[in-house]
Amino acid sequence: MTPAFRSRQFWLPRPLFSLFLALLWLLMVNEVSVAHALLGLALGVGIPFVTHGFWPEEAKIRRPLPLLRYLLVLLVDILRSNLVVALRILRPARHLQPGFFTYPLVLEDDFAITILASTISLTPGTVSIHYDAEANTLLVHALHLEDEAEAIAAIRERYEQPLEEIFR
Amino acid sequence: MIAFVIPVAMTLFAIAALLNLYRLAVGPDIVDRILALDTLMINSIALIVLADMRMGLGVLFELALLIALMGFVGTVAMSKYLLRGDVIE
Amino acid sequence: MTSIDMPWTLQLVVATFLLFGALVALIGSWGLAKLPDFYTRLHGPTKASTLGVGCTLIGSLLYFSHQQDGVSVQEALVTIFLFATAPVSAHMMGKAALRRRLPGVPGTRNLPDR
Repeated sequence: MTPAFRSRQFWLPRPLFSLFLALLWLLMVNEVSVAHALLGLALGVGIPFVTHGFWPEEAKIRRPLPLLRYLLVLLVDILRSNLVVALRILRPARHLQPGFFTYPLVLEDDFAITILASTISLTPGTVSIHYDAEANTLLVHALHLEDEAEAIAAIRERYEQPLEEIFR
Repeated sequence: MIAFVIPVAMTLFAIAALLNLYRLAVGPDIVDRILALDTLMINSIALIVLADMRMGLGVLFELALLIALMGFVGTVAMSKYLLRGDVIE
Repeated sequence: MTSIDMPWTLQLVVATFLLFGALVALIGSWGLAKLPDFYTRLHGPTKASTLGVGCTLIGSLLYFSHQQDGVSVQEALVTIFLFATAPVSAHMMGKAALRRRLPGVPGTRNLPDR
């Protein structure tokens, strides 16, 4: 369905994404000037205008503040997870207890699920390997799996619930 | 201090690259080799950035960005090929 | 090398970032070479190498921001890119491995059969 010719939807389908592209352009040329800002904005408007037909529905970020908190938590957890994984790698392999578990998703938005899967891959000892769209589950491999229920509860409480809050 | 640290860091990354080469040669499966290549790409980005610092140029980021892009696209394309038997369906 | 004119605190920070990053990346690659099956090997590179290179890039960002006039932020771009793509490539490789029915180490729990 094509939006009306005069609407914002037609000319500026993703305002946030346009802004992001403009910022990315400034980062890339490594120079803040009026000329580059204008060029970046032109690119930011032009690229979504040409390509938005290919994209899925836009995810709505309802609350930006919890998103910031989420990113901070993620940063700390990436550091912690690296120390944990490093210790596991350095110890003899017979201490490892690798295993798979299926994580039942509550989230339904595609973008939110993508973020959750990436988070799982970046944090302690887990990598998301397969997304089952029909059952709405993620297959996760854990480097050291002691208690499935505990691992699932940890992911739900620490990452999925904040994400739900952000994208609801 | 930095002049001393950069070669040390480069040595560590070079050892890491050698370990990746070992995995690349040993396999045993083709997916292991893709993983080894992907890691090699990531380590080479760090090596390029360190070389850039050592020579004091500050011009090699584009190269690092390109390698990051190529590494990612290559890894996904090869995995996709193994998944489907075709890169583009 | 013209790092003499840098304040020593900044030098210390940059040196710490570089050394820490290199160590973490080395451990990640060591895991890649040493761990027993593909699924466990996947963990080393996706986490350790990404963080290791991220730290190196941040060190370089600080260094060049001081060396040259103005803030040099291009390394941040590479770091963000790496952190955004590492989980995706890990996901794709894991899928391919499942598809090829790679065996896990003996003792792997709930290995799926597809």
